[in-house]
Amino acid sequence: MLRLEKRPTPSRFWAAMTPVLAVLATMIAGGILFAILGKNPFEAIRIIFWDPLFHEQFAAYSRPQLLVKAGPLILIAIGLSLGFRAGIWNIGAEGQYIMGAICGAGAGLALYPSESFLIFPLMILAGALGGWAWAMIPAILKTRFGTNEILVSLMLVYVAENILASVSSGLLRNPEGRGFPGSRNLQQWDASANTEIIAGTGMHWGVAAGFIAVIFAYVLLNKHILGFQIRLTGESPRAARFAGVNPTRLILICLGLSGALAGLAGMFEVTGPAGQISIDFGSGYGFTAIIVAFLGRLHPVGILLAGLLMALTYIGGELAQLMLGLPSAAIQLFQGMLLFFLLAMDVLSNFRIRFGKTEVA
Amino acid sequence: MKFTSILTGAALALGLAGAAMAQDKTKVGFVYVGPVGDGGWTYEHNQGRLAVEKEFGDAVETVFQENVPEGADAERVLTQMALSGADLIFTTSFGYMDPTVNVAAKFPNVKFEHATGYKRADNVSTYSARFYEGRAIQGHIAGKMTKSNVIGYIASFPIPEVIRGINSAYIHAKKVNPDVEFKIIWAYTWFDPAKEADAAKALIEQGADVILQHTDSTAPQAAAEQAGNVITFGQASDMGEYAPMPRVSSIIDNWAPYYLARTKAVMDGTWTSVDTWDGIGAGMVGIGEISDAVPADVKAEALAMKDAIAAGTYHPFTGPLKKQDGSDWLAEGEVADDGTLAGMGFYVEGIVGDIPQ
Repeated sequence: MLRLEKRPTPSRFWAAMTPVLAVLATMIAGGILFAILGKNPFEAIRIIFWDPLFHEQFAAYSRPQLLVKAGPLILIAIGLSLGFRAGIWNIGAEGQYIMGAICGAGAGLALYPSESFLIFPLMILAGALGGWAWAMIPAILKTRFGTNEILVSLMLVYVAENILASVSSGLLRNPEGRGFPGSRNLQQWDASANTEIIAGTGMHWGVAAGFIAVIFAYVLLNKHILGFQIRLTGESPRAARFAGVNPTRLILICLGLSGALAGLAGMFEVTGPAGQISIDFGSGYGFTAIIVAFLGRLHPVGILLAGLLMALTYIGGELAQLMLGLPSAAIQLFQGMLLFFLLAMDVLSNFRIRFGKTEVA
Repeated sequence: MKFTSILTGAALALGLAGAAMAQDKTKVGFVYVGPVGDGGWTYEHNQGRLAVEKEFGDAVETVFQENVPEGADAERVLTQMALSGADLIFTTSFGYMDPTVNVAAKFPNVKFEHATGYKRADNVSTYSARFYEGRAIQGHIAGKMTKSNVIGYIASFPIPEVIRGINSAYIHAKKVNPDVEFKIIWAYTWFDPAKEADAAKALIEQGADVILQHTDSTAPQAAAEQAGNVITFGQASDMGEYAPMPRVSSIIDNWAPYYLARTKAVMDGTWTSVDTWDGIGAGMVGIGEISDAVPADVKAEALAMKDAIAAGTYHPFTGPLKKQDGSDWLAEGEVADDGTLAGMGFYVEGIVGDIPQ
């Protein structure tokens, strides 16, 4: 008989191993799925995980794209992980991402067509502020009135989406766009273009910000008193109280930081890969980042790797659609499996598997 | 060095490989905004792709990618498609406009065709259908058949194509039924069955007994069927499985002839950048069978209008027409020019509500 026995403390070994196991399990289950669909499972898995990096025809293009796709995911997930560690659940990063993009783009477009070099830094600031302000709404409501930040932040995503639709067809609409919704193209305006720092690598300013955020979060969590307070609050809220942690301050800081980082991600995206504010600008990075945060075990380095892995499944998934004619639903299912298996495997780090008879309690 | 120059380099290197492959087979790519099984817009584009495969057999290879978000992801999908050696790529949604133009600039030897947009280049054509011609016929039937005089309209995005459809339907409903009123819901999606069903239910609750839709799923048809005594029209595709009620007719997009002609042009080396806007006359817009739920006289009128539009003797936007704010638009007998129609950003007189800003 198989039996689960709760571990006194979660196993560190299994905490590190579960993501690897989850990826393997996803490959196996995904392979079976692809086989049922009549495709060669080994070829499909190779295309998803290997070809984006090493295919002679595509890799030169898709390798840099990996960073482009992973950048915003990492940036947002790092911010989220700080709150998640302290038990502060910001589910509305997508809304903060959108608001950051709108504020960043708006700040730049207000000065169009100036060519001042100060425009891009100003937009970065406005983007971070936009995301921060949007996250402050659930933060203040929680600290002042005790509302649930999960619900408030999530609902604000839909508000942000409507604001996005409104500004795309109104306030920020390109005056030369013949009445069609969508702003001017920020990528084609030198003052606002989020260009690659090193050409051909996909490394634009947003990706760099993502890497900086990883280092920043690592130092914060390990070396700084605030990081200690975040970890302590998450692990033992009562002990945190006794240690003098001010929960109001922590909520404001965690939500504010995650909002600002999500806003930055939106700003870098709108000035770079997306190029313009449009009705369908929000492409779900804010929600996918939640998966990335957990896939990376809420650890900065883990998130870095998880973001790259997630980007790989996106780009590999697109290649698999193109080369094998796999339906897009199968790819989405495949990505969903990854989180499912990760959560399922978590049982290993919290429980010990025992073989033997069930003891009668 | 900029990003673009790197890509051009990559494109050149790979273009050679692409050219070598192209000698035996012409590769045609399609990028879809929804799933091929949406039963509407994307379904019909995919029918066009299948027609290309059927017509040219082994001489062509087609590839497609579905559910591609409009925005940054589209650019990557297009680039990968071009890198894989495609000779001709159809991008079948308005939101692919900038990505199409951007990628086309990096792959001068690949031909691109963008549906419903307005940006062209030496290797980018645009094409669209005059759906508003079908909307006129819809409006006529709707105006005749409504009993509550409330017609619900599920609009997608506030772009000229959608606004044109609302105006055309309204003008022709109003013409046969002066008491008619339009209630418009903006769904901000092309395809989202849950949202579309919600919109349809909300409209029915507000008294609408006709639902017109500019979204692609059959969810509104199902909602109308459930409510009973509500009529609908198939959008983009015939949606014949809901005939004779609630679906009483449909606007069918028929892209196959265009796709065949353009693929042939690439094979013959005669492809040039063009702007195509065809309607009922050229067969790009079809009117699905008008079901028995429609009284015989209304059906006859609708068919007569269809013939007149096809023959070019009647234009759905013929004056006298005023704009919503009461200002004059078209004088008696005057016909709207294509430029105004292409960029239409206003309602005609009588429609209540504002275009979302």
